[in-house]
Amino acid sequence: MPFNFTVSPDFAPDHMSGWFYFNTWLQRNLETEIHLELFDSFDEQREAIRAGKIDLIYANPYDASMLVREHGFKAVVRPAGKRDEAVVVVPASSSAEAVEDLSAGVRLATTADPDVHTIGMIMLEPADLDRHNITQREYDTYILVAKALLRGDADVGFFLKQGFDELSDLIKKQMKVLVSSQISVVHHSLLIGPKMQDYADPLSRLLVNMHTEPKGAGVLESMGIKRWESMSVEQTEFMIDLIDTLVI
Amino acid sequence: MSEKDTGTVREELIKYYDGTERVATIIDEEVAFPDGKLIVSRTDLKGFITHVNQAFVDMSAYSREELVGANHNILRHPDMPAVAFKGLWDTIESGEKWQGYVKNLRKDGRYYWVKATVIPNVRDGRLVGYTSVRRKPSRSKITESEQLYSTLM
Ligand SMILES: Cc1cc2nc3c(=O)[nH]c(=O)nc-3n(C[C@H](O)[C@H](O)[C@H](O)COP(=O)(O)O)c2cc1C
Repeated sequence: MPFNFTVSPDFAPDHMSGWFYFNTWLQRNLETEIHLELFDSFDEQREAIRAGKIDLIYANPYDASMLVREHGFKAVVRPAGKRDEAVVVVPASSSAEAVEDLSAGVRLATTADPDVHTIGMIMLEPADLDRHNITQREYDTYILVAKALLRGDADVGFFLKQGFDELSDLIKKQMKVLVSSQISVVHHSLLIGPKMQDYADPLSRLLVNMHTEPKGAGVLESMGIKRWESMSVEQTEFMIDLIDTLVI
Repeated sequence: MSEKDTGTVREELIKYYDGTERVATIIDEEVAFPDGKLIVSRTDLKGFITHVNQAFVDMSAYSREELVGANHNILRHPDMPAVAFKGLWDTIESGEKWQGYVKNLRKDGRYYWVKATVIPNVRDGRLVGYTSVRRKPSRSKITESEQLYSTLM
């Protein structure tokens, strides 16, 4: 039976093929069979996790918490320099200059990304806003969040900082960032499940050197990752503790 | 900055739970919580600081060296009622998450308000310490807390 690998549904669409190249590279270098399955939504992916169908996952930090504490997964590596930060954005024409200028009843455009949504909601708290006094609509992509703001369908939007930075200058110019998170210790990570634990050490050794090998470097580039950094048990636990405090 | 700030400077005796005390300079001037940041610290089981992030260092006005190894009550402000911290300790020692608003005292005598979440850190089934993560509170919650705490002193 091949191992099952999946990727957090919030990966950038441009990098989809990169994850398939990565899986091919992994199978060749680990000399084992791995099947990559991508899910359309966080819910579908979580169902597969609960059913014990996942052995390897590039996980969103919120899911990492559940995977480690409830399903016995271990973090192996994280992408160097990539942090999950959120930005709270309004249309450029908005009279709001700070989060505190927003008031009850604002229409929020958000996504299903659990970390971006939660960090975004925490950044609205200084204005006494929470899910009870705003209306919110979930969009599939950050482009659609941007469109909702530009069309006037939403007053405020949440973006993954990187997702916002990657929008075209033309679109960005029509929007205004009210606040940008600077948490710096919350990030995605590659986690290995109980059935695959025997591969933890070889996998870690392989991945931290991946960028030094020409084929590996090419695959990393197609995934938008510079290199992998190993993650200690304590680093993982610390990140999870931190996420546990980020309740809304 | 709070509208009620007067900038008054006073010396005040702070009495801690363990019986120790110190005279601190208290300046009635708020320092704004930095937008988008989280202030993070960790302690051992007795409340001695084991880790602080840069935002913690910046906001407290102490150096990292002064903070690590110090009792977390180094930040205790005399306007905070003892009962608030009793609630914190009772909650986390029973393994639960605590959330509340805290007025903190900086090394320079000024203050800052936070919304704190404190959780027990469990490793291999053992309680090994606590983590506190603070975020920016709303002005209305600060005003509410000021009123509540003044009745609890
Ligand atoms: C993880 C953690 C973080 C804490 N953070 C603060 C803080 O930021 N400010 C504060 O006054 N007390 C904080 N406390 C509570 C102190 O330990 C202490 O109870 C409080 O300052 C009152 O001092 P006393 O109990 O020595 O009288 C924290 C405790 C823990 C366990």
